[in-house]
Amino acid sequence: MEKTWNNKAWFMVLPVLLLVAFSAVIPLMTVVNYSVQDTFGNNVFFWNGSDWYTEILESERFWLSMVRNLIFSATILAIEIPLGIFIALNMPKKGWGVPVCLVLMALPLLIPWNVVGTIWQVFGRIDIGLLGYTLSSLGFDYNYVNDPTDAWVTVILMDVWHWTSLVVLLCYAGLVSIPDAFYQAAKIDGASRWAVFRYIQLPKMNRVLLIAVLLRFMDSFMIYTEPFVVTGGGPGNSTTFLSIDLVKIAIGQFDLGPAAAMSIIYFLIILLLSWVFYTVMTNVDAER
Amino acid sequence: MARIDVNHVRHSYLPNPQKDADFALREVHHVFEDGGAYALLGPSGCGKTTLLNIISGLLHPSHGQLLFNGKDVTNLSTQERNIAQVFQFPVIYDTMTVYDNLAFPLRNRGVPEADVDRKVRETLEMIDLASWAKKKARGLTADQKQKISLGRGLVRSDVNAILFDEPLTVIDPHMKWVLRSQLKQLHRRFGYTMVYVTHDQTEALTFAEQVVVMYDGGIVQIGTPAELFERPRHTFVGYFIGSPGMNVMPVAIDGKTATLGSQRIELPGAPKAGSGAVELGIRPEYVRLGREGMAVQVSKVEDLGRHKVVRAKLEGRDISAVIGEDETLPADPKVRFDPAGINIYADSWRVEMEA
Repeated sequence: MEKTWNNKAWFMVLPVLLLVAFSAVIPLMTVVNYSVQDTFGNNVFFWNGSDWYTEILESERFWLSMVRNLIFSATILAIEIPLGIFIALNMPKKGWGVPVCLVLMALPLLIPWNVVGTIWQVFGRIDIGLLGYTLSSLGFDYNYVNDPTDAWVTVILMDVWHWTSLVVLLCYAGLVSIPDAFYQAAKIDGASRWAVFRYIQLPKMNRVLLIAVLLRFMDSFMIYTEPFVVTGGGPGNSTTFLSIDLVKIAIGQFDLGPAAAMSIIYFLIILLLSWVFYTVMTNVDAER
Repeated sequence: MARIDVNHVRHSYLPNPQKDADFALREVHHVFEDGGAYALLGPSGCGKTTLLNIISGLLHPSHGQLLFNGKDVTNLSTQERNIAQVFQFPVIYDTMTVYDNLAFPLRNRGVPEADVDRKVRETLEMIDLASWAKKKARGLTADQKQKISLGRGLVRSDVNAILFDEPLTVIDPHMKWVLRSQLKQLHRRFGYTMVYVTHDQTEALTFAEQVVVMYDGGIVQIGTPAELFERPRHTFVGYFIGSPGMNVMPVAIDGKTATLGSQRIELPGAPKAGSGAVELGIRPEYVRLGREGMAVQVSKVEDLGRHKVVRAKLEGRDISAVIGEDETLPADPKVRFDPAGINIYADSWRVEMEA
């Protein structure tokens, strides 16, 4: 069919273009602008080329934050995904237990990030916190303020507490969509519990699982508020993740150039990973 | 293969059933002979799937006993009963290949891989999917998927019975016919005991040697398709089987004569006394339309291609008659009842007539 060309169509997309320009493109361009210039105040800027990028990419500090962030994301995925699947598998499929479980699961998701941080900050305190006080009374040397390991354990526990529910709810949605006939057929075929999981439940969950992994990875890779409230990135720099480090450089030290360069690099990494996930997900779909 | 005895089985989905109405299956007492092809026919909610699931062990009956070849299996699990069952919607393991799907029930039972391979190849031939063996099962059409569901039952040569729960519901009409004839062929070649649940009378009548008609949680009649057609034991069977269903009208009986309003109908014999309301049932195929007999008012004629269905009023009651495609209605239509097609019912159950 012959397409009709009408340049008036551009006017129709103009509102969207404007919206995206103001909400995303223009702010991003100002960041790009900062990242290639240097200033000594008075709003006077000097062209600086790719120097800030080189500095960031060569700084040990950036890579350490990156490694910490990757370890953090990998750890919480390794805990939350299997745990989420396990809980979803054990949730009731019908009866009064369903709404009860769903509400209990949804509760942590409804709490604002900084409140979650505050809850755990207090919860872990050895003087008044339930967790911290109990642990130290039992003779454990727990102190997230001084001990990097304890700080990590606390931050990871907090993230698991906060976000495992999301994985559970997604998996549960996948599980309840499996018709009974599949389980009945599996019984008739003599399938073991493991075979039912491996060949019926897991394949039916794989799309929601991909979404869960994507969401949890993205979120944990950008995590800021909760660890900032609990540990402030410490002790030392032990829980300083990329976004915390970025904020320290940009607002703490007011190094706008390096911070802008780091933002762009950070952005590109997330873009790259999103693309990888997108490709994986569409490939899985194409296979169907 | 096995002979299946269903001994006074009752089932309720409620924890404490009290009245008859609490039971999804009121009481079924029936023997499925070894190697027989049975259809369980009935409307939705009559308990046919419940009965099937009790046989396969997916449900444990509230009362009664189930025997396979004389051995009590009531408390055995589905797996121990060694049953194959094909469901309404095709169940396939879509991450596996067609081959692995068929091998699955054998591998679960720890059969050596060499035997698995031999059995799977045989089965693939039987269900005509040999060229698909290496393909992922998820890419198949609905009828191929249903064949795989069937194949997973056939692959175990020692299954006690193959149960079908409305297996052709999601299949295209022309494939329905193909699959049905393949099922019949498999039955003839290998002599499986087959029980086939359906609400489609054509499916039931073409598939089965014995049709078990269920209604409201119980069996109302068991018979060959011809018996169900000629001598429905219950007025429900008359309605349910045949298209259009049997004409049923209240009558008064006096010896060998039935009185319907002002009309008198000669019966082939004198009905034995029965209790309750007396009705006369006659299939539209036995209602003769002509110039003699009882006057009717024709309301409409449906031309079905092979024959015509005449809808009319006799003594104020609806009556249907089937006439040939080329026959025409007389100007002043009258009906006669062919005595061979007359059945008398007391309280909905058929009563015998003495010559």
